[in-house]
Amino acid sequence: MSHLPILPVLVPMFAGALLLVLGASMDTKRALSLLATFLQIPLAAMLVVEAGQGIGVYALGNWMPPFGIVLVVDRLSALLLLVTAILAAAAIIYAVRGDDAAGRNFHPLFQFQLMGINGAFLTGDLFNLFVFFEVLLISSYALLLHGAGSARVRSGLHYLLLNLTGSALFLIAVGTLYGVTGTLNMADMALRVRELDPADAPLVGAAGMLLLVVFGLKTAVFPLYFWLPRAYAAAGAPVAALFAIMTKVGLYSILRVYTLIFGADAGELANMALSWLWPLALVTLLLGAIGALAASTLSSLTAYLVVVSVGTMLAGLAIGTAESLQATLFYLMHSTWITGALFLLTGILQRVRGPRFSARLIAGPQLPHPMLLGGVFFLIAMSIVGMPPLSGFLGKLLLLGSAGQGVTAAWLYALVLGSGLLGLVALSRAGSTLFWRQSDQAATGEPVDGARMGAVLLLLAASPALVVMAGPLLSYLAQTAEQLLMPQLYIDAVLSLQPIAGGAQ
Amino acid sequence: MELLYAITLAVLTSCGVYLMLRARTFPVVVGLALLSYAVNLYLFATGRLGDAAPAVLGKAGVYADPLPQALVLTAIVIGFAMTAYALVLALRAQGELDSDHVDGKGDH
Repeated sequence: MSHLPILPVLVPMFAGALLLVLGASMDTKRALSLLATFLQIPLAAMLVVEAGQGIGVYALGNWMPPFGIVLVVDRLSALLLLVTAILAAAAIIYAVRGDDAAGRNFHPLFQFQLMGINGAFLTGDLFNLFVFFEVLLISSYALLLHGAGSARVRSGLHYLLLNLTGSALFLIAVGTLYGVTGTLNMADMALRVRELDPADAPLVGAAGMLLLVVFGLKTAVFPLYFWLPRAYAAAGAPVAALFAIMTKVGLYSILRVYTLIFGADAGELANMALSWLWPLALVTLLLGAIGALAASTLSSLTAYLVVVSVGTMLAGLAIGTAESLQATLFYLMHSTWITGALFLLTGILQRVRGPRFSARLIAGPQLPHPMLLGGVFFLIAMSIVGMPPLSGFLGKLLLLGSAGQGVTAAWLYALVLGSGLLGLVALSRAGSTLFWRQSDQAATGEPVDGARMGAVLLLLAASPALVVMAGPLLSYLAQTAEQLLMPQLYIDAVLSLQPIAGGAQ
Repeated sequence: MELLYAITLAVLTSCGVYLMLRARTFPVVVGLALLSYAVNLYLFATGRLGDAAPAVLGKAGVYADPLPQALVLTAIVIGFAMTAYALVLALRAQGELDSDHVDGKGDH
């Protein structure tokens, strides 16, 4: 049996631990960190291929489910691992050009954060999901403060306190689910929820809603998104870019728990989250767009665009058909990479404009390479807003197409297109201020760094690539959506696992 | 015993929530600590309450579910580390922002 499924967790764990104790020079640490991060891409690609052939289950220590902890690689997990790997590669290329030296232990924290994210995508055990959430959160607390500054301390404190409260609620929910169903394995729990005694249903339902609050906090859905703009805007560019995947961890958990455990077959509790998610998603979408319009710096504008993308994806998720899930997953890939690119570009602009102007949306000095910087900003903005021929357009088109006709479609069209327009206004205003309203002075900041620009271009190139590769990609995503809507496949794969002969006896 | 246990949890939780809604960092951190105590006790109780039931097979006729105890251990370790981190961050915020208000401003 292959040990491939656990490698995305083990590689960053060992790399992070080694980086922590290694007394080597910064160059060696950078090389090791780059190597470990780039290694994630082939690993994730191999897992995507493997997941295409069927759901892979890896029992840790050969302990059989439902008693042992399992890692499950289905199409959704493998896809998200790949999205994370590419985003992290771009973020680390950017970081090794100097941002990692602003404080201590950037690289170990970066690796531990990757370990937590990958683990959360892979695990098939609810308590293990909590543990990986904590791993990624505690690294993110420290990464958010990397390089310090009073804005980071203030937003870091809010972020920390909110997430600690979230963790407490997570534990209460997991405890209740364990107390009633007697299992923590998600596949086994799905079966127990189906056969639930009607008297226990309200208790399990309450625990399910509590989980929704926790995941909603991580995803940044209304009314739990207020921490996000401040925290993301205050974080350093490579950290903010990596955080672009963090809201997707919450989204993934919602998708996993409410299709598998509380999916269509869950009896009384079937699809309990969908009716709540739909209005919340639309409100999130609208408020994110209004926030983007009111943002006074490019970083907080980008952070609000993250909120808009969260709203868009949750709306697709709440519609809950195979087509809408396919569109949501396509949009997820697009929005993760493109917001990552915008965060990194913001970092470059901050450095070029110098500390006095930074990313504030005010008329500033003349920039070097105006065509390059302006052109890249233009392309990123077009892709985010959803103009053809870039991936944002295709994602929104698929999503709107999946809404069908009637009231659902009317709300979705109005809000997705309306927020797109508000985003367009906000980004055009930002772009014209940054690139056109300039004084005669030359910029006092640093020159444009080639490698940093390369990291932005890598993520930007993903946008046309998504469109070019749309054919095979959409068929993969269609099968992913089908797999999600047939949780029996997941349950059978996990519970039919056989121990390896000759192992521990 | 169930009633006493439930009342203890309720008192801990409500005190924790009350303190967390304060505007100063110190009460908030204490509130978080109280809430995590309540959560740990709650997790422990999901294995059902009882006495003379060790979590080991063969020592007695009835045995307790060992899993919640393992979960509580994990939760205690994580909760302890997080509370320590929150305290350090609160101290740093006090130093950096010159205020112990959770928003870093307010009356002095």
